[in-house]
This record gives sequence, C-alpha cells and structure tokens, in this order.
Amino acid sequence: MAAPIIRLSKVCKRYGAIVVADAIDIEVAGGEALGIIGPNGAGKTSLFNLVAGTVKADSGTIAYRNRDITSLNAAARCRLGVSRSFQIPHPFSGMTVFENVVVGAAFGGDMSEREAYAKAVEVLELTGLKAKANAMADSLTLLERKRLEMARALATGPELLLLDEIAGGLSEHECRELVAAITGLRKTGISIVWIEHVVHALLAIVDRLLVIDFGRIVAEGDPKTVMASREVSEIYLGIEADA
Amino acid sequence: MSAVTPDWRVERATATSRLAAVVAIVALIALAAAPAWAGRADMRLLSEIFTYLALACLWNLLAGFAGLVSVGQQAYVGFGGYMLFAFAILLGVNPLLTIPIAGILGALIAVPVAVLIFRLSGAYFAIGTWVMAEVFRLVFAQVSALGGGSGTSLPVAVVKDIAEGRDMREWIVYWAAFLLVVVVLGGTYWLLSTRRGLALAAIRDSEVASESLGVRIWRTKLMIYVVSAGATAMVGALIFLQKLRISPDAAFNVNDWTAYVIFITVIGGIGTIEGPIVGVIVFFLLRETLADLGSIYLMILGLVAIVVMLKAPRGLWGFVQDRFGIELFPVRRRIRYPLD
Ligand SMILES: Nc1ncnc2c1ncn2[C@@H]1O[C@H](COP(=O)(O)OP(=O)(O)OP(=O)(O)O)[C@@H](O)[C@H]1O
Ligand SMILES: [Mg+2]
Repeated sequence: MAAPIIRLSKVCKRYGAIVVADAIDIEVAGGEALGIIGPNGAGKTSLFNLVAGTVKADSGTIAYRNRDITSLNAAARCRLGVSRSFQIPHPFSGMTVFENVVVGAAFGGDMSEREAYAKAVEVLELTGLKAKANAMADSLTLLERKRLEMARALATGPELLLLDEIAGGLSEHECRELVAAITGLRKTGISIVWIEHVVHALLAIVDRLLVIDFGRIVAEGDPKTVMASREVSEIYLGIEADA
Repeated sequence: MSAVTPDWRVERATATSRLAAVVAIVALIALAAAPAWAGRADMRLLSEIFTYLALACLWNLLAGFAGLVSVGQQAYVGFGGYMLFAFAILLGVNPLLTIPIAGILGALIAVPVAVLIFRLSGAYFAIGTWVMAEVFRLVFAQVSALGGGSGTSLPVAVVKDIAEGRDMREWIVYWAAFLLVVVVLGGTYWLLSTRRGLALAAIRDSEVASESLGVRIWRTKLMIYVVSAGATAMVGALIFLQKLRISPDAAFNVNDWTAYVIFITVIGGIGTIEGPIVGVIVFFLLRETLADLGSIYLMILGLVAIVVMLKAPRGLWGFVQDRFGIELFPVRRRIRYPLD
C-alpha cells in the first residue's frame, strides 16, 4: 500500500480534565474518503484542530505523506495541502465573499493575485456562491457561511480536505447537490475526512467510517457494518434523529 | 481550460475614488507649490501637519491594520532624530541624506525589538513597546557626544549644508516633509492594495481562519512592524530637522509622538486609509483655534475623543463609510461578469 496521506500516531490532547484526544492512531490513504461520527463533545472538531495545526498536540506525532509535520503551524500545513473548514464559520467579515476565497487561493495555494482571482471564480461557481461574490461576508446566512467555509478551503488546492459539519440544515435537494459536489471532488483524487451528523449524506460518500467518543476511537471500518455495530447503537443512539 | 479571455474581470476603482484621485492630484500640486503662495509660518504649520499625518498613517498601519497596538512609536521618532544628529554632526553627512539612513537603521533595529516584544500579546505588547521606548531614551541619554541627558543643537555649519539661504532652506525642509508624507500615504495605500494587504485584512478579521488558509501571520506582522518603524524613524529625522534641536525628553516624548498620533487616528477612523487624513485636519483645527486656552484645550481634546468614541466608534471616517459606503482609496476587489 502507498504511504498514507496523513498518519496520526498516539496523538494526545487534553484541556484540564477533559481528554479530547486519547492516544489517537489514524491513517488516511491517498484518495480515500473517511467519515467521522460521534456524540457532541466527543472530540471530533478537536481532532481537526490537531490535524490542521490550529491546536498543538500534547504528545504523539502527525505525518503528512511520510513527513513529520507535528511542529508545523497551521499556515505551513495548509501550504503543504491540508485544508479544513470550521464547524463554526469564521468568515473575514470585512471582505466580500470573493475576497474571502481569494485569500485561500493566494496564500494556501501560493498563487499570485491574478491566478488567485481565476481560482476563486472557479471555486465560487462550484460551491454555488457566484451570485453572492460581491456581497460582504458578514451579510451571509449561516448556510451561505458554511458554503464559504468550504469554498475557502477548496481554494487552497488541498490534497487532504477536512470538512466539519457542512450538511446540517440543508434541504433534501441542497443535500443531494452537496453530495454530488463532493463526489465530483473525489474524482480529482483528493482525500477527504468528513465529520457529519447528517449520516445519510456521509454514507453516500465515505469509504470508511470512524466513531469517536471521549477522545477515543470506539469503532472503525466499513460504514454499513459500523453503523450496524453494537458500539454505535449503544453510545450513539439518536443520531439519525438529527439528520 | 481554454485560452479564451475569461468572462469576468476584477475592478478596484469606483466613481467616487476616481473623483477623489482627481481632487487629490490638484491638492498635491497646490501643496507642492506652497512656497509660491504660503508665508513662512503657514509652511511651517503645513510641514508639521505633514509629519503628524505621516506618523498617524504609520501608527494606523500598525494598530489598525496589523493589530499591533503600540504605544512606543516614539522610540523610532527619537531614534530617527538622533540618527540625524549623529550622522550630521559626528560624521559630516548632509542632513537631508540622514533621513533615508535613519529609515534603514530604524528598520534594522526594529527587527531584534520585534523578536522580543512579539512574544507579548494584547496589553502586554503595548506595555512592551513603551518599555522599549524608555530603553531607547535611556540609551541615548548616555551618549555624551550628542549632549547626553540635556541634548544638543544642530550647528550652523551643518544647517547651511541644506542650503545657504534661509528661504531656500525652509522650502527644502518643507518639500522633504511633503515628499515624505506623500510616500508614506502612497506606500501605505499601495501596500494595502497588494497581496500583503489582503493578508493583513484577513488577519485583522480572523487570525485563526487566516492561519488555516495559509497566511503567515508572524511574518506578515513582522514585515509591517519593521516597515513602519523604518518610516517612523525617517519622519523622526525630519521632525528634528525642523526643530534643529534634540534632547532625550523631546525625542522620546510619549505625548507628542504617540498620544496625539493615537488621538488623530482614532478620531479620524482607525483601520481606514482616509482616517488619519480626517483626524489630522480635526486635530490641527482644534489646536489652531483653541491652543491659547491652555489646559482647557486638552480637556476639549479629551471630550472630543470621548464623544467620537461613543457616537462613532469607528471614527469620523468610519461613520461616513458606514453611512454612505464611500471609499476614497479603493482596496476592495469587485468581480464583474460582464457577459452575464
Ligand atoms: N479550547 C478549549 N478549551 C477547553 N475545552 C475545550 C476546548 N476546545 C474544546 N474543548 C472541549 O473539548 C471537548 C471536545 O470538543 P469538540 O469540539 O472536539 O467536540 P465535537 O466532537 O466536535 O462536538 P460537536 O459534535 O458538538 O461539534 C468538549 O467538551 C469541549 O468543550
Ligand atoms: Mg465539532
């Protein structure tokens, strides 16, 4: 098997008494789509913070394409090809939607401003934000902000894309569009890790599913098998109700 | 991807900004020609306005755009001033030439200072900058060749290096101040409209998001700190070329070179390019009409500051911008799809 795109080895992180990552080991293969589910407060977003470099691990190592990136900051990791969306959107509120996306392309994608414009146009089209391009980011609705999160992350030209709850609140139709867009992305060969409470959308995409609780991986494997497992029904009762 | 021309383009200028550019050019020509129409006192006042505008513009770049709230920029004003005296008196360099020298050395000295104070954040950063300025003051007070604690004056022979005649000298100093403020304003605008400026705007809105999108925060802030320190040192050299006399207390004065500058920027509109221009006009209008009132004048300044902060927290220009959406220096990028 080829080297994994990302490998976490014994990654630990705690906030006081709360353990959000308890010796986590994860590997994601190139081109793979991995789904992550788990109850509120399980440590899913914390895991993204650790992988993207937003938060430093207390111990353990993180390797990207066999290269140790544990000590790199988020900006350096993004330039290497790791990009994430935030569960709680952080738009650049003093900028337009277009400019928000240009930032991702220009810095994460290391492009000149001209090239970044072209990339931003492409991504806005893909994410359905074209009509909002010149709107100020702080005028967007929550759903549009989530789309902007994804657009900015995509503009950086990631090889590993981390998506944190982007399907919540979408209508049936919008959800199908999202699934289609992500399916299209997968064809370009990028790897995706997707945290999602809307399980049916997740299951339409991912090759493998991981269940996290109390900062630990409690189940892992083929999505259907995992969903049917005793662990999921025990600790994860009621997730479908959210969807 | 095909090679056809794209069906979109990016626009920066607006109708107001084009009009503003025309007005600005006319004003610049008029100000450049001031020696032809203004008296000596007016030109001195204008020079002083220029230096304050340049300082406010640079402080705004630091605090308003890079989020580096410094209360120690007097360190670089004083440093620049002392470089003028050091190079002109001790090394015989032409006083005008010491201005760019002060700029380069100011930027260089800012690098180790930044490495020290960038470890601090928020209020601690502000205190750190002020402590550094005090360190600068104490160091220069030790240099006996430059008058130690009581300071020194620029010898007549050195002053004559600028120009023989007094009128010509005044004109040259005026033009130097004019040139410097044009370069500082123009340079700030240019910087903010480039890719770097985009990074700064992103950092200002959300550090967490900009970092995760690949923006190098530390490096961008360092660049801004160093550039603004260098430029502030140039303004410092120029200020003391106008004054012809320097002392540690005058050179590193927190009131003159930081408090008034913050007043100007905050009143005018922090984080906008136009703000310092509006602020400097308000400040000098107040000063020229009320300065005779002594301490009442200072109380009025305080009152104005409080009223503006309560009624228009983004300053006078921020207020205008929120109300009417005017941008005189357009940095916003608007995309147009003309074929749609
Ligand atoms: N910076 C922080 N300081 C202290 N506690 C934190 C911090 N970040 C997260 N936590 C805590 O760590 C735990 C895990 O949070 P995390 O955001 O990773 O959960 P999650 O699995 O993403 O949950 P959700 O499904 O609600 O998004 C929570 O109890 C949270 O309160
Ligand atoms: Mg979460």
